[in-house]
Amino acid sequence: MSLKCNGIREKVDVCVVGAGHAGCEAALACARLGLETVIFTVSVDSIALMPCNPNIGGSSKGHLVRELDALGGEMGKVIDKTFIQSKMLNVSKGPAVHSLRAQADKADYTRTMRKILENQEHLTVKQAEVCELLWENISDEDKKEKLATKRITGVKTFTGAVYECKAVILCTGTYLKARCLCGEAITQTGPNGLQAANYLTDSLLHMGIEIRRFKTGTPARMDKRSIDFSKMEEQVGDEKVVPFSFSTNPEDVQIDQVSCYLTYTNEKTHEIIRANLDRSPLFAGVIEGTGPRYCPSIEDKVVKFADKDRHQVFIEPEGLHTNEMYVGGMSSSLPEDVQLAMYRTVPGLENCKIVRNAYAIEYDCINPMQLYPTLGFKDVEGLYSGGQFNGSSGYEEAAAQGLIAGINASMFIKGKEALVLDRSEAYIGVLIDDLVTKESFEPYRMMTSRAEYRLLLRQDNADLRLREKGYQVGLISKEQYEHVLEKKRLIKEEIERLKNVSIGAAKTNQEFLERHGSSTLKTGTNLAELMCRPELNYKLLEELDPERIKLPEDVINQVEIEIKYEGYIERQLRQVNQFKKMEKKSIPETLNYDDVPSLRLEARQKLKAFHPVSIGQASRISGVSPADISVLLVYLEQFNRAVQQNK
Amino acid sequence: MKTDTIAAIATGMTHSGIGIIRISGDEAISVADQIFRAAAKNIKLENVESHTIHYGFIYDNENVLDEVMVSVMKAPRSFTTEDTVEVNCHGGILMMNRILELVIKKGARLAQPGEFTKRAFLNGRIDLSKAEAVMDVISSKNELALKSSVSQLRGSVFSVIKKLREEIIYEIAFIESALDDPEHISLDGYTEKLTKKVDTLLNNINQMIISADNGKIIKEGINTVIVGKPNAGKSSLLNILAGEEKAIVTDVAGTTRDILEENIKLHGIGLNIIDTAGIRSTEDVVEKLGVEKAKKYALNADLIIYVVDSSVDFDESDYEILELIQDKKCIVLLNKTDLNAKVTEIDLKEKLKDGTVIIKTSTKENIGIEEFENTVKDMFLKGGISGNDEIMITNMRHKEALLEAFESLNQVKRSLLDDMPEDFYSIDLMSAYASLGTIIGEEVGEDLVNEIFSKFCMGK
Repeated sequence: MSLKCNGIREKVDVCVVGAGHAGCEAALACARLGLETVIFTVSVDSIALMPCNPNIGGSSKGHLVRELDALGGEMGKVIDKTFIQSKMLNVSKGPAVHSLRAQADKADYTRTMRKILENQEHLTVKQAEVCELLWENISDEDKKEKLATKRITGVKTFTGAVYECKAVILCTGTYLKARCLCGEAITQTGPNGLQAANYLTDSLLHMGIEIRRFKTGTPARMDKRSIDFSKMEEQVGDEKVVPFSFSTNPEDVQIDQVSCYLTYTNEKTHEIIRANLDRSPLFAGVIEGTGPRYCPSIEDKVVKFADKDRHQVFIEPEGLHTNEMYVGGMSSSLPEDVQLAMYRTVPGLENCKIVRNAYAIEYDCINPMQLYPTLGFKDVEGLYSGGQFNGSSGYEEAAAQGLIAGINASMFIKGKEALVLDRSEAYIGVLIDDLVTKESFEPYRMMTSRAEYRLLLRQDNADLRLREKGYQVGLISKEQYEHVLEKKRLIKEEIERLKNVSIGAAKTNQEFLERHGSSTLKTGTNLAELMCRPELNYKLLEELDPERIKLPEDVINQVEIEIKYEGYIERQLRQVNQFKKMEKKSIPETLNYDDVPSLRLEARQKLKAFHPVSIGQASRISGVSPADISVLLVYLEQFNRAVQQNK
Repeated sequence: MKTDTIAAIATGMTHSGIGIIRISGDEAISVADQIFRAAAKNIKLENVESHTIHYGFIYDNENVLDEVMVSVMKAPRSFTTEDTVEVNCHGGILMMNRILELVIKKGARLAQPGEFTKRAFLNGRIDLSKAEAVMDVISSKNELALKSSVSQLRGSVFSVIKKLREEIIYEIAFIESALDDPEHISLDGYTEKLTKKVDTLLNNINQMIISADNGKIIKEGINTVIVGKPNAGKSSLLNILAGEEKAIVTDVAGTTRDILEENIKLHGIGLNIIDTAGIRSTEDVVEKLGVEKAKKYALNADLIIYVVDSSVDFDESDYEILELIQDKKCIVLLNKTDLNAKVTEIDLKEKLKDGTVIIKTSTKENIGIEEFENTVKDMFLKGGISGNDEIMITNMRHKEALLEAFESLNQVKRSLLDDMPEDFYSIDLMSAYASLGTIIGEEVGEDLVNEIFSKFCMGK
């Protein structure tokens, strides 16, 4: 337990616990919205640390960063300043799954974010371990129609300093009761040997918060000079780099890039792993936490996919001012000697020197079903959380939650309406809805297949979708917002115009079509129709379109996508309309499910434990059937009519 | 995509003179307009006054299906307060089914159990005090539908659907893992493979739709159990009714040792006939099991056909059977009238409940079979026996789901032909997967994520 109060007693609006990717976004959002904010970290040197892979973005994660940026988050801007290689993934596939991924200069990223935090008005950076949350019970007459029974009043640090505040945002990442495992060598530390936070869990348990234990891992880092890159395939960045942030000038990101390298494991590697499985804490049962299936350790891959004779290994630089290289694809918790032997079987790594060993890490986190979609705790007013603490994984997932938690803590303090993005509005909405609605027993990672309306949720239109919300919240300037309005107008007008430019069967037109391998016209058509043909596009059609005015590239891009995929997009829009109807039907927080007749027992138990905010959310709880939803709808109608009559 | 306009048979699934199909929702009138042609020229339902009734015909393309009266009630002056059309057609399960199917084809969807009532309530049409009753209707009807949905499905259909779904989810997982991890998993050359796969899937589902039309995917019809002593002629009766040799018939008593099941149609009425082992006390273990089963089936039957061998004396086994059929709808066949009678009609009458129909037959000479068939028909039409309404609806629900899956896969095919990017395929494959799931009562849940991680090796 922490010391008793040492006499230091400060009063602020918000306390953010943890300065990883979630904590940074949360703290910046609160401070920028004018609230006095303190961000606590066990080490100021670990602000915005990237303790695992050296990249930001990737399939669907890139979407999260773009959305975050559209709402006024910081991650996209920082990576644009600190990346050393960038690639748009999936360009051969549809626009909905294009996704940006950039290699970061880790140290530069950390430093840049730290500087932004340090210079942010209303924000104080404090190196201290928060050991205890301070709270009070909410009296019955004060309770009104809320679920919460407690209210947050502050935090206490290890040294006994007390910070009174109106809201706390927990972003403890992998630090709570962290334990690192490298074979038989086990330390009670957080990532990179940093100090673990060993007290806060007890305080949370004391408040009645359900705690889980998860596990993740990271591969070794190698000395660049010990690697033979001639035996590997070089992987270069895109020729023309697209920035993450909508505010970054595209010209500023056309830099000299560094390369990554691809190599493979082989039978020898797998033999060594198989022969030493008994020394792996994962297989020996030493690890209690649940690991993620999507980034399995190399020993996991070898066991589960025994038929595969090789696995890919990506060698990625950790930065420009270090020789450390990240060995992507080979995370492990095997002992040091086995690691070295195993890595040295890989072509190009025969003489490798390990700088940092691979390790697995276990940590405490919560069952996120205790949260509202605002990321506030149902039972504790003023308590919010984001990132790995909520059972997710990944820098981008963390940052996205941090921003939303920060915004909503601020909205709570200001007495304004919370920002909840639904599944049809953003990947961030899908991420949070999945976390707080669907039971998951492993760290959650974003995937494009989780977004049912993904044709609408593209990385290219995140600004069109979300700038307005960022503006309403107060994180986006009027100028930025008006820029998006103008962009929307241009897109709409250009689509209209293209639909109205008639193209007849004139000889020049037919010749044009023949030249581009497109079938000739039998009847008249318009430019939009022609653009739908796979072999034609906006640029090519310029020839038939003399009245065209020059438009910005991002506008043309939107026009092209919206015309080419119109049928599919409209289909999803119709589905979204149905979906929204159910999302809009809200359920009173204090509804007593025992009063609802005819619910099946399983559904009743689930609903009672969960308290969904809307019919839509209720319908996504496993064990609640469509018939239960119908019953609930009828009950709510009865409930609402009765309330009205009483008035 | 389906609209949120719903349809169902409003009268029961019985052979009444008139049947009503009700359509409710924004597109109720336009759906009806697509299949109804008024006798008076130039009448389109979208132009008629509310609360009017119109005479005309239901057309399936160019074929007249039925002569009908159609009433139009415009929102909000209807039961559900939505635009509502009621088609008064000729009764008869087949006709009502065909019209309902047509309505669904044109864009309505089959109403969920209790859905009209639910809408009426939610739209303020039903008094607050009835809320509890409404909720009760919804939950009990759904319970029943759910039960019959899966229990009525033939075992073989269940496994075929399961297999189709496994194949579909595998393809989605492959596409999705490649999208999530493009550097590990490549989609090169995949479209040709998927085209073939989709063709096979379409073909399989089309087969199932045809089976659904023939009522072959559910155990449709009146559960009819044939009981009697060994060698009374039960199997011969089944063979005659089925019109082919289904059961092995010999002179040796106890030839049928297990249960034989056959679906037949008598005058358009579906009978699910179960031939059982003859009931007698026996030491033969296999036969004994058969006898036990026969008794169990008899207990659950809608109709029992008790075949009495008139050429042998009434004995203990017969009394055992009489007890079995006590509370059941029953037709007694006094069989083997071609032989010397040891049991007469008068003997039998004394032992049976009043009003039990006794028909003299000779399965060998094909005597009395027609009379038997007519008796079954009369009993059915007069309501003496009835199949379960839910069964018909179940069949239609399954068919609707199959059609949806078919349409989704067709969309995949179109996307393939149009050379759309791969991520478009998985969206419609997922819809097909979900539709098929409704048939066997399985939701999508985390299936995809599980499949991705179990079948494909991904990750940093």
